Amino acid sequence: MDFVVITLLNSVAYGLLLFMLSSGLTLIFSMMGVLNFAHASFYMLGAYFAYQISTWSGFWLGLLLAPLLVGGVGMLVEWHGLRHVRRFGHVAELLFTFGLAIVFEELVPLIWGKASVPYAVPAQLEGALFSLHGAAFPIYKGFMMAMSLGMLAALYGVLTRTRIGLIIQASLTKPDMVEALGHNVPRITMLLFGGGTALAGLAGVIGGNAFVTEPSMAASVGFIVFVIVVVGGLGSLGGAFLASLLIGALQTFSVTLDVTLQQVLTLIGLSLPADTNLARVSLVQLGPVLPYLLMVAILILRPRGLMGVRES
Amino acid sequence: MTSRMLELSGVHAYYGKSHVLHGIDMEVRPGEIVSLLGRNGVGRSTLAKAVMGQVQAEGGIRFQGAEILGRKTYEIARLGIGYVPENREIFADLTVHQNLLLGMKGGATRQGRWTLDDMHQLFPRLRERADTPAGVLSGGEQQMLTLCRTLIGDPDLVIIDEPTEGLAPKVVEQVGQFLQEVKKRGVSILLIEQKLSIALDISERLYLMGHGIIVFSGTPADLKANDAIRKEWLEV
Ligand SMILES: Nc1ncnc2c1ncn2[C@@H]1O[C@H](COP(=O)(O)OP(=O)(O)OP(=O)(O)O)[C@@H](O)[C@H]1O
Ligand SMILES: [Mg+2]
Repeated sequence: MDFVVITLLNSVAYGLLLFMLSSGLTLIFSMMGVLNFAHASFYMLGAYFAYQISTWSGFWLGLLLAPLLVGGVGMLVEWHGLRHVRRFGHVAELLFTFGLAIVFEELVPLIWGKASVPYAVPAQLEGALFSLHGAAFPIYKGFMMAMSLGMLAALYGVLTRTRIGLIIQASLTKPDMVEALGHNVPRITMLLFGGGTALAGLAGVIGGNAFVTEPSMAASVGFIVFVIVVVGGLGSLGGAFLASLLIGALQTFSVTLDVTLQQVLTLIGLSLPADTNLARVSLVQLGPVLPYLLMVAILILRPRGLMGVRES
Repeated sequence: MTSRMLELSGVHAYYGKSHVLHGIDMEVRPGEIVSLLGRNGVGRSTLAKAVMGQVQAEGGIRFQGAEILGRKTYEIARLGIGYVPENREIFADLTVHQNLLLGMKGGATRQGRWTLDDMHQLFPRLRERADTPAGVLSGGEQQMLTLCRTLIGDPDLVIIDEPTEGLAPKVVEQVGQFLQEVKKRGVSILLIEQKLSIALDISERLYLMGHGIIVFSGTPADLKANDAIRKEWLEV
């Protein structure tokens, strides 16, 4: 039971981190109508920037500066790149972000090497926050949760309580109308892109040392984030939130539960042919596939996702 | 200050390769209500979008003496053109009050012609329903909301695309009265309509459009007198 509580907390910490990524992706998608394939690259940049800054002046300055730098890179990309590609249509934009993701993936090892970098959790945040009968919950996971929740509360506050938030909300559905009312929508688009990528950067700062900071981190997280926005429903923040927690739990539990596929199926009264490889498959082995299975199932059963409104 | 609020000369407009406006000349003078009439698909909405910088256009479009063709939509709006597109384009998930707030332009320095209170006095429904999502309003209420949303940004000229479409005759009459009220405060109006309906009663001048060109311009009396033109370009 204690083990379940700890795993649940771990999965929420991971789910919230995923939501920091998927919320930015969702907002950018709503406003521009395009999925940003390079979104997870900004997550990777956040981790590497934070690592670099931490080697000079410690973790805390990196925590502050890296997301801002990543947001700055995001704004440059939007203003000098994406904006000009847009008039050639969505396919061109999609290819642009795809190319960008590859560029980042190739550039990062040139600067920091192919192997992972020793980006570590700061000493102040090492150790266990509490433990339940031997199962420990690390301080850093608690810190991740607090950061994510704080950030998301701030995001919610800005969107619902400020004038710029109101303009953004309106622009998500009818950017042309908002601009015809005299609002500088091109600038708002750039700021939103910057904000979304800064959030991804922050996720990288706090996720990079909790997990591993390496050149393939963008690709591995990127696919998961796509699964989340598809499962949650394209353009739905609520859906992205639900799906983030769901996938976070799915991935966390599947790697920690020491059971086989057969044991799970027994619960619903099914059995696999004995003495086959399939009967010996464990959930840990199946873990990486589960999110994609979920996505395929959702696409078949409910193509617009858990909470999506848009028919694609 | 020139004697022209809005002046189009030789305006062509395109959606990609499709050439929709073929050299439009027209003008709106200060304080006028001018109507632009024509059948479905002749290019009236495209003309409004050309003025607002929302479609690729060539030629000359001057607003209060300044060339605006090629400028960004938000800049054109800030110069003082209000645009109420067809289908109203309200923000359905936002409240009535939030819709009105979005009409206010950032950094406005002078007191405009209209305040929120004016709007509430003219349309008490907008106050009563301030906190309801705009999407649940009736068609007529939505039309009033989108007009008020535009006016609160204090434009000198408003372009209104088919405000009476789908409204009951009584509500159509209300819209007509409101537009005259708007004009009294010194706002010029370019009213786009498909049928004569309110246009004959409230306009100083009218233009008739057919397939991307202006086929008639004159006063309501001129148009009333000209059966042949009306039959050819308006009535089905
Ligand atoms: N986004 C677009 N892309 C391509 N063609 C368009 C587009 N919008 C309009 N058109 C075409 O341009 C022509 C003029 O359209 P426009 O909307 O200006 O007509 P309209 O006079 O406003 O008529 P109505 O409002 O009754 O449809 C039509 O033939 C229409 O099919
Ligand atoms: Mg039209």
